[in-house]
Amino acid sequence: MQAIPDWFQRLYESTGLNFTVFYDSYDWNRYVDGLKMTLILSVTTILISLVIGAAGALIQSGPSKLLRGLVNGFVVIFRNTPPLVQLFFFYFGLGTMLPATETASGMREPLLNNVEWAIISLSLFAAAFNVEIFRSGIEAVPRTTIEAAEALGYTRFKAYCHIVLPLAIRVCLPALNNNLVNLLKTTTLAYAIAVPETLYALKQIWSESQNVMEMMLLLLATYGILVGVLVWLMHRWERAMHIPGYHR
Amino acid sequence: MRDLVRLSIIGVSFVLSLASARAADDVDAIKQRGTLIVGVKADYKPFGFRDPQGNVVGIEPDLAGDVAKRLGVKLELVPVNASNRIEFLQQGKVDMLIATMSDKPERRRVVQAIEPLYYADYVNVLLNKKAGVNDWNDLKGKAVCATSGAWYNKDVARLYGPEIVSFDGSEKPLYAMKQGNCIGYLYDQTFLQGKMLDDEWKTDYALPLKGILEAPWMMAVALGNSSLQKMLEDTTKDWMKTGFIVDEEKKWGVTPTEYSQSMHEKYKGMN
Repeated sequence: MQAIPDWFQRLYESTGLNFTVFYDSYDWNRYVDGLKMTLILSVTTILISLVIGAAGALIQSGPSKLLRGLVNGFVVIFRNTPPLVQLFFFYFGLGTMLPATETASGMREPLLNNVEWAIISLSLFAAAFNVEIFRSGIEAVPRTTIEAAEALGYTRFKAYCHIVLPLAIRVCLPALNNNLVNLLKTTTLAYAIAVPETLYALKQIWSESQNVMEMMLLLLATYGILVGVLVWLMHRWERAMHIPGYHR
Repeated sequence: MRDLVRLSIIGVSFVLSLASARAADDVDAIKQRGTLIVGVKADYKPFGFRDPQGNVVGIEPDLAGDVAKRLGVKLELVPVNASNRIEFLQQGKVDMLIATMSDKPERRRVVQAIEPLYYADYVNVLLNKKAGVNDWNDLKGKAVCATSGAWYNKDVARLYGPEIVSFDGSEKPLYAMKQGNCIGYLYDQTFLQGKMLDDEWKTDYALPLKGILEAPWMMAVALGNSSLQKMLEDTTKDWMKTGFIVDEEKKWGVTPTEYSQSMHEKYKGMN
């Protein structure tokens, strides 16, 4: 196992390509912690935004005008503003305005730390897009199918869960995949509020060791692989949900 | 024929104007001119900043004033910043620089540093008084804000084990510290001392730790200006002998650094 760090050390000495991450244990640990944080952010934001998106799409097709207006307002706010600005607003803006607790020594301690704010902000951002994506799937379900469900005695919520959503997801899955891939990459924005994810860790490493190009390549390769894994998982899910004879 | 005459006039005047953009003047030329032109910072409290009337004041303008007094000429201060100070010196816009410039080998190649180095900056942490930190080792495991890209973040993290929370620039870390996301701000000691002079910070924050990672500053003249270089070397030694720099630090509200005090001790006994 020692062969790998040695090889990278030799690579640096012979060619000048400095991949400190692979031969310096401190940098390697920071990189791995960054990867773990990226995975945590991605998984939690994907799951939360899916739930909010599905709930939002349900309310959007419902009878209550007030609730429809609220969901549309939510979509407008979070789609029309840049995600980085949203992050700053939540962390620096709302963080100051919300009530805070105090530590044992009397210092102000905010209720939510930067990781929690990042998860909230990114989930809401992606959920706004998911609401519209689910709406596109829901509108593809024929009106006659929904009427048939009503005739069979399904309540609106049960029909949504058992009839509409399964069909809708199959239709909107490609667009949903797009958005989830975008979300995974958008988690890099959390570096701006000092969340120790992959970009933050590598940025610190390259400003200390002056090996910007090598770390940039590693960063691109890392996200390429992460997104590749996500896309593979989504494709497996697509194939698992395939209705025989329904698609081409 | 007319074009040729015109071109040659332009060419000659160009060459003549080049002659005036030479390296900064030596001591005799400065005395003849009657003014010493010094490049200083105008945005770095308390080393060089503007007072409410708009004049550039501070420790370094005072040092420049002392140099001008010794030469018997008037003082003219030119505000500079990190991206243009060396170029101003090279172009002859200023005779010398006293502008919070860290001593770096790349800079020594293009300007003449004045030895002994007149000052040194350190790395320190602006701490919340309620954090109860009195020693660098107390920082272990605590969240400390920092500026992304600073050369000392990794060193401090390895030596004392704080959890470095870094942001871009120097406003966001201060803001995050105010909110309580970290107990202190790791940065250049001189910048933090400047912040401590503001009412906004002096009530709840302090600099209880001793500065570490000494990084000397250099005064500079243009390469080849040996008469001014010699004069400044003697002046610097005299400042250290009399403790002028230590007095200046006290005057502007900065705790005298270990460097200034040790240099004063070293030169006090000498002739």
